[in-house]
Amino acid sequence: MIKYTEDHEWLQIDGDTAVVGITHHAQDALGDVVFVDLPEVGKSFAAKEVAGVVESVKAAADVYMPVDGEITEVNEELRGDPSLANTDPLGKGWFFKVKLSKPAQADALLDETAYQAFSAG
Amino acid sequence: MTASANLLTTPLNALHLELGARMVPFAGYSMPVQYPAGLVAEHHHTRSAAGLFDVSHMGQLRLTGPDAAAAFESLMPVDVMGLGINKQRYGLLLNDEGGIIDDLMFVNRGEDIFVIVNGACKHGDLAHIQQRIGSRCTIEPQFDRALLALQGPKAVTALQRLVPGVEQLVFMTGMAATWVGADLYITRSGYTGEDGFEISLPAHAAEAFARALLAQPEVKPIGLGARNSLRLEAGLCLYGSDIDTTTTPVEAGLNWAMQKVRRTGGARAGGFPGADKILAQLNGTAPAQRLRLGLVGLERVPVREHVELHNDAGQKVGEVTSGLLAPTADQPVALAYVQAEYAASGTRLNAMVRGKAVPMQVSPLPFVPNRYHRG
Repeated sequence: MIKYTEDHEWLQIDGDTAVVGITHHAQDALGDVVFVDLPEVGKSFAAKEVAGVVESVKAAADVYMPVDGEITEVNEELRGDPSLANTDPLGKGWFFKVKLSKPAQADALLDETAYQAFSAG
Repeated sequence: MTASANLLTTPLNALHLELGARMVPFAGYSMPVQYPAGLVAEHHHTRSAAGLFDVSHMGQLRLTGPDAAAAFESLMPVDVMGLGINKQRYGLLLNDEGGIIDDLMFVNRGEDIFVIVNGACKHGDLAHIQQRIGSRCTIEPQFDRALLALQGPKAVTALQRLVPGVEQLVFMTGMAATWVGADLYITRSGYTGEDGFEISLPAHAAEAFARALLAQPEVKPIGLGARNSLRLEAGLCLYGSDIDTTTTPVEAGLNWAMQKVRRTGGARAGGFPGADKILAQLNGTAPAQRLRLGLVGLERVPVREHVELHNDAGQKVGEVTSGLLAPTADQPVALAYVQAEYAASGTRLNAMVRGKAVPMQVSPLPFVPNRYHRG
């Protein structure tokens, strides 16, 4: 199940774990991504807390934790090649994996249709 | 996001939209920040071939009359009266405290002094110049004229096909020309650190001239985003970020722009706003307490404006005014103001990025060598 946030992040949810990244719309708005700051594995965040940073040459943007949970893995390949956030934002450009502490929170996030409408508006 | 309705547009607005530019508000104008190629590709294209920039938001004005040079010189710590015909120079308008009202370029065209100022400052500059020297010369704003910059090592090849003769210009000189009946004034200068030209022309001819340049195989359109990364690598100040009314030219490291004739002991020493303070900073009787300098990052973390710089003891000793991960230098670079005792090349400082110390080192400017055509 894929869900989206109004901060232009996506979550691929499987039970109580999720892979998180930024959307095509987000990477397009940022331009060429040159740097990512990823959270520490094992650290817990509440939803909406800043968990990382993504930067292009012209701008920096916070990456928010979309749901309450603990970081279980980060994308070391993305750290080494931040341009993956541009070239494959929904695939190889993922940011981190989360163990959800309240899986029901995901129900309140946007589905594909709702996000497309939101990002077009 | 669409541009707000009260923004001004340049004569190239329709062309920017046709080329797929992303438009942003800048200096009161809707301006292209990047085209579909993207900032980094545009940056590299300018350094390797030729990039076309629309800088029509900048203010153009001309000063005329027999006293114009002496009058204009009274506003700046710069040699205006000694500038030869068709020679261009960098200038600084100062307030009475020696702070920088604007930085500018001017040319002695013989019949006038032709001045190009920053877009965001142009109305204030005009009022300042009129108030201070309006009784001594005629000041004619030409804010409706277009200004294009063609920058990069192949700029001369592309431009000389349209305007034969430009290849004979050297850095910081200019010439008048015509193109399809339009009067151009072309200088060999720019703000990228590369060889290149700036072309002043009537608004009605701007789109056709820009299309003729873009039809040359070397030329691609370049947005404000790459203009910023190119000028920063070249070590050049952005007005409003790196210099403003609270910084003096000495603090800003612009001593090279103040010729000997205007300094203590020179034939026309002083006589400009803030002269007491600036001459004291220049001759060492009251040295500047802080200096603008370059920093390179020792870790691959971009360091941006407003980031604090700390010494090893954790004390704040400076602040970044511009910074990014530089595409050509391929490392984080920044311009910053730092207490004078920390300004020596090689000094290590910690940039405090999101609460973490990122080590940086004071570096000579520019970060990428200039490639001006000095003949």
